[in-house]
Amino acid sequence: MNINLTLLGQAIAMAVFVWFCMKYVWPPLVQIIEERQQQIADGLAAADKGARSYEEAQTRIATLVEEARSQARTIIDQAQLRANDIVDEARSGAEQERERIIQAGKADIEQQINRARDELRSQVAAVAVAGAEKILAREIDARAHQDLLDKLVAQI
Amino acid sequence: MSAELHTPADYIRHHLTHLQVCKTDEGWVWNHCDGNFMAVNVDSMFFSISLLIFLSWLFRRVVVNATKGRPGRLQAMVELVYDVVDSSVRGTFHGKSKLIAPLALTIVSWVFMMNLLDLIPVDFVPYPVEQSGLAKYLRIVPTADVNVTFGMSLSVFALVIFYSIKMKGAGGFLAELTMNPLNPKTLGLPLLAWPLVIAFNFLLESVALLAKPLSLALRLFGNMYAGELMFILIALLGVWQLPLHFPWAVFHILVITLQAYIFMMLTIVYLSQAHEHH
Repeated sequence: MNINLTLLGQAIAMAVFVWFCMKYVWPPLVQIIEERQQQIADGLAAADKGARSYEEAQTRIATLVEEARSQARTIIDQAQLRANDIVDEARSGAEQERERIIQAGKADIEQQINRARDELRSQVAAVAVAGAEKILAREIDARAHQDLLDKLVAQI
Repeated sequence: MSAELHTPADYIRHHLTHLQVCKTDEGWVWNHCDGNFMAVNVDSMFFSISLLIFLSWLFRRVVVNATKGRPGRLQAMVELVYDVVDSSVRGTFHGKSKLIAPLALTIVSWVFMMNLLDLIPVDFVPYPVEQSGLAKYLRIVPTADVNVTFGMSLSVFALVIFYSIKMKGAGGFLAELTMNPLNPKTLGLPLLAWPLVIAFNFLLESVALLAKPLSLALRLFGNMYAGELMFILIALLGVWQLPLHFPWAVFHILVITLQAYIFMMLTIVYLSQAHEHH
């Protein structure tokens, strides 16, 4: 173990390498690692933010669903009321229509009865006259007995 | 084992000899340099600088290709090292310095890589190199060379002195060396007794100061040298090395990592002490 010039050479080599590390290795390494740390911190913060906004969205969804449900309920209620109204309206309309049709039918029937009665009346007169003609077997002056016939017709 | 190495002592000595080149009166010569300061351990320099180049390339590649998104394996590994270094520096050093964190990164990665060469079996590299005639001796673990560890620890020591003077001023640094731990002012001693107290303080404090680089260098060197020696001794056992080499290598992984970490940690501690006022 002799001390010699190697010592000096070693010191010089070391100084050069320290300078190299100081200039070209350490600062970029520090920068990269700090950037990565920043990135990781940002990522964690973003994840946190995401979780928080997820929770917010969840509560918002719950209120929206609740609102929609109540709205649907009112809509259904209204629809039911309206349906009842429509049914009622239809019923009353139909009843009126029925009444009208019945009335019309009744009037028609009355009219036909009257007509039939008039016809019958006129035919009865003719039948009576014919009957009388046959019974009497002689001519009867229809004109001379008109007042008698009229009386008969009125009796029918 | 080479053919000419007959005895275990020869084998061990051969493995513990550096490939050296030195300046003598006859110019530059190889491998006859005992006691000559103007010598360079070529193997230590080659392996340590090769590792530095490799680490520079690796770090630069990671930094250039780095993404702030999902990192690749290599980037994640470098970031792991960065994290250890950064948290150590932040936990110990409270001042502001652009130098100390890269310095700590340099030390921990470089020392770790140099120590790691200890796990290569002792004959794998030197034997082929010797057989091919490239070099007679070769030691591939730079941190088992006391010059290497002292080179680093003295650099750290120079930084300690530099920052001590920069942060506290030359007077403050001197006061720290002479007015501690016994402060003659607060003790209320007569002026006549001051030189004695100051001399005592200076002796104590300078020993404490000088012990820092010494312990830093010798701790790493001692651990790695002992580890290497153990590997060499195990390699001498022939077939019996098989059950022994494995546990020692596993244990050595711990030593390698721990020594790199300790060297870095102590550097940070010493430099933070240099920055602090007492």
